[in-house]
Amino acid sequence: MTPVANGGRYLLGYTRLWRAKTIVFFNFVSYPEQLEVSVLNDPISFEHYKTDQFFDELIDSAGRPRPDAAPLVEAINRLPSGDLIRRQAAIERSLHRMGITFTVYGDASGTEKIMPFDIVPRVIGSMLWRHIEAGLKQRIKALNLFLDDIYNGQEILADGVVPRALIENAATFLKPCIGLKPPRGVWCHITGTDLIRDADGAVFVLEDNLRCPSGVSYVLQNRAVMKRNFPQIFSTSKVRPVNDYPAHLYQMLRWLARPEIANPTVVVLTPGIYNSAYYEHSFLAHQMGVELVEGRDLMVDDGFVYMRTTEGPQRVDVIYRRVDDVFIDPKVFRKDSVLGVEGLMDVYRNGNVALANAPGTGVADDKVVYAYVPDMIRYYLNETAILPNVKTYICQRDEDRKYVLAHIDQLVVKAANESGGYGMLIGPHSTKEECAEFADKIKKDPRNFIAQPTLSLSRMPTVVDGLLQGRHVDLRPYVLHGEKIWVMPGGLTRVALKKGSLVVNSSQGGGSKDTWVVAEPGQTAVDTQEQN
Amino acid sequence: MLSRVAESIYWMARYIERAENTARFIEVTLNLVLDQPMGVDEPWRPLINATGDDEIFNESYSVADAESVMRFMAFDRDYQNSIISALRIARENARSVRESLSSEAFEQINTLYHFVSNAARSDQSLDSPTEFFDSIRRQCHLLTGILDATMSHNTGWHFANMGRLLERADKTSRILDVKYFTLLPTVDSVGTAIDDLQWSSLLFSISGFEAYRREHHMILSDKVVDFVMLHEQFPRSVRFCVDNTETSLLAITNGETTERHALPTQRVAALRERLASTTANEILRFGLHEFVDSIQSDMNEIGSAISESYFR
Repeated sequence: MTPVANGGRYLLGYTRLWRAKTIVFFNFVSYPEQLEVSVLNDPISFEHYKTDQFFDELIDSAGRPRPDAAPLVEAINRLPSGDLIRRQAAIERSLHRMGITFTVYGDASGTEKIMPFDIVPRVIGSMLWRHIEAGLKQRIKALNLFLDDIYNGQEILADGVVPRALIENAATFLKPCIGLKPPRGVWCHITGTDLIRDADGAVFVLEDNLRCPSGVSYVLQNRAVMKRNFPQIFSTSKVRPVNDYPAHLYQMLRWLARPEIANPTVVVLTPGIYNSAYYEHSFLAHQMGVELVEGRDLMVDDGFVYMRTTEGPQRVDVIYRRVDDVFIDPKVFRKDSVLGVEGLMDVYRNGNVALANAPGTGVADDKVVYAYVPDMIRYYLNETAILPNVKTYICQRDEDRKYVLAHIDQLVVKAANESGGYGMLIGPHSTKEECAEFADKIKKDPRNFIAQPTLSLSRMPTVVDGLLQGRHVDLRPYVLHGEKIWVMPGGLTRVALKKGSLVVNSSQGGGSKDTWVVAEPGQTAVDTQEQN
Repeated sequence: MLSRVAESIYWMARYIERAENTARFIEVTLNLVLDQPMGVDEPWRPLINATGDDEIFNESYSVADAESVMRFMAFDRDYQNSIISALRIARENARSVRESLSSEAFEQINTLYHFVSNAARSDQSLDSPTEFFDSIRRQCHLLTGILDATMSHNTGWHFANMGRLLERADKTSRILDVKYFTLLPTVDSVGTAIDDLQWSSLLFSISGFEAYRREHHMILSDKVVDFVMLHEQFPRSVRFCVDNTETSLLAITNGETTERHALPTQRVAALRERLASTTANEILRFGLHEFVDSIQSDMNEIGSAISESYFR
């Protein structure tokens, strides 16, 4: 054995020793041993990367980098051997140390997980981004008009564009919100729309998340750790910044307060530390410099909302609520809720406090109502949807249901009111028994199900077992509806780390990536010199 | 500041201080046992007495030896005041207010908790108990330093400071009480080597041995009582803790005392006054145990007044 090899061995052993120590302190997920060895032998590059028959976000079917991704691909190919993995590990360590965890199990086990992070960023060209941005703005505009309509005049139901029974039987249609006029006329201020790209690279809307969409903190943290651990690759691509999101959010929330209030008090309302998104609630409150409150910190007195402070009660003007709407006021919605504030809805109706999002928005992101969004766009805006829906079969329609039951092994079936990848059947990946079970469910309660064709989701090069491999991704951009509609340039790219898997949810083994929107001339790009 | 946040910060600091003091007491006893002649009855028993939780201990453990006392006071998750439980509660509190702490402070609490939690989970007994408890003490000091150096000394910091000082005053007075109590039967041996050892260990347990020696050289019981209870500058003496609790309370009220906030201010001032006008000999004449008892109930009343005025 040569001295050099010995040196290498020693270094490996040493690295492992150091990691073992950190496991004690931070409960690290242990890394596969094979990883480091293969890196030393085999530098990571795009040389052997295969797109197979899928649409790849960075590489075209001939194996060439797409124009916007070329600088990034070249930069990665130029990296010294093992560098990419080393930096990936460093980033994962920072995420652990910062306690950026998405799920907290019982304390006794002490396991807190980070959302797995992949170092290869997704690149979105400015042309494509302009298309996505326009589509999202159009969609949010229509959805807000829809919400205002169904809780007030219900014209779209009277005109038969959306079936009345569909709305009125929806569990998410909140009767106490009928006749509500939210401050500034906006219902849905914060949206996180799930987008996918198919085998041709066309963008589709998969899901609207209009209640309390989460994940934006990962977008900001992913960017921050990338800038800290991998600054040199930013200089090769002009990347638009995302770190002004909290500032935009704060501006929007402030704007909801009554105009005569010179210095409104804005708070973030969280269900508390056991909520899986608690980290995000805390992070956003911190970034905006506002109080993070729980229901028990608030009280209603004399027509206003107050928070209990060491100096006595202090009035609250705007609440960014991250508590589900049916929990916000036990007097009006769920009586057993301990997360809300008694009497909050009365104050809200009288316009003495603003809520973002307005209660009741969930009715518009029902998976069945989703199928009607293109019709809403036509109805309210007299436009064609810029971003189309995925083809959706509505099981309540006889013809659609027949098709779904006959082709269930080829379709993705979703329950209307489930999220997080639960209550879902992926036909081609399921057994005969599972398909039959779902078919029974559909027959019993057709209203509750939709089905979509299995899409060939686009893929991204992702570091798996020390090699770049194609993995399926989606994209959740975040939209703020204040005085204007603002789309954050970027979003959360979620990646299904299991080979062939289409499920990107973090609760089901998904990870995330930094998402780069390329700046056009005149637009600001990320400056890695700036401090985060 | 939100009442809930103030309350969480206050209890976070109290429980960290509790964990630190427990680690100190165990560490000092470990050293004491090494120095003691063979055959001393149950050297670990006084430690249980100091907690005031003898009954809870007796329910689960039959003998008070090194193994059982360490398990109970350090790792027993069912015992609310064990080190692991105190750190768990401190961390829960910190988690719920992490946006009001510096990230360094939160990371340190997290690290400390996992350090003890991993030791608690392991079946093996500690390789080097002294080193382990010393490490807990150091990490608690590190946290105090981080809070001091990375957090604005704003209302939140002052609540942490009050929590820490009230807890410390309580623990200091408790350890004096118990030591004195266990020393009483051996009044004959005053001035002998073992007595000296016992009194020194008391001073060690509040890190006061060197500071005491510098002032008094000889270990004399009234001087020790004076040092532990009434010293103006030593940061673990009861008087120092009470004086500085008052300073933080005044900083929080900003000098103005509204009706809502009057009670804690009055109570702290009364206790400060009382300690300032007492001497060690008066304490001993009055009865040390009785004196410590009344000081502790005064402090409990200060605690409940703070809770009523600020956390409700």
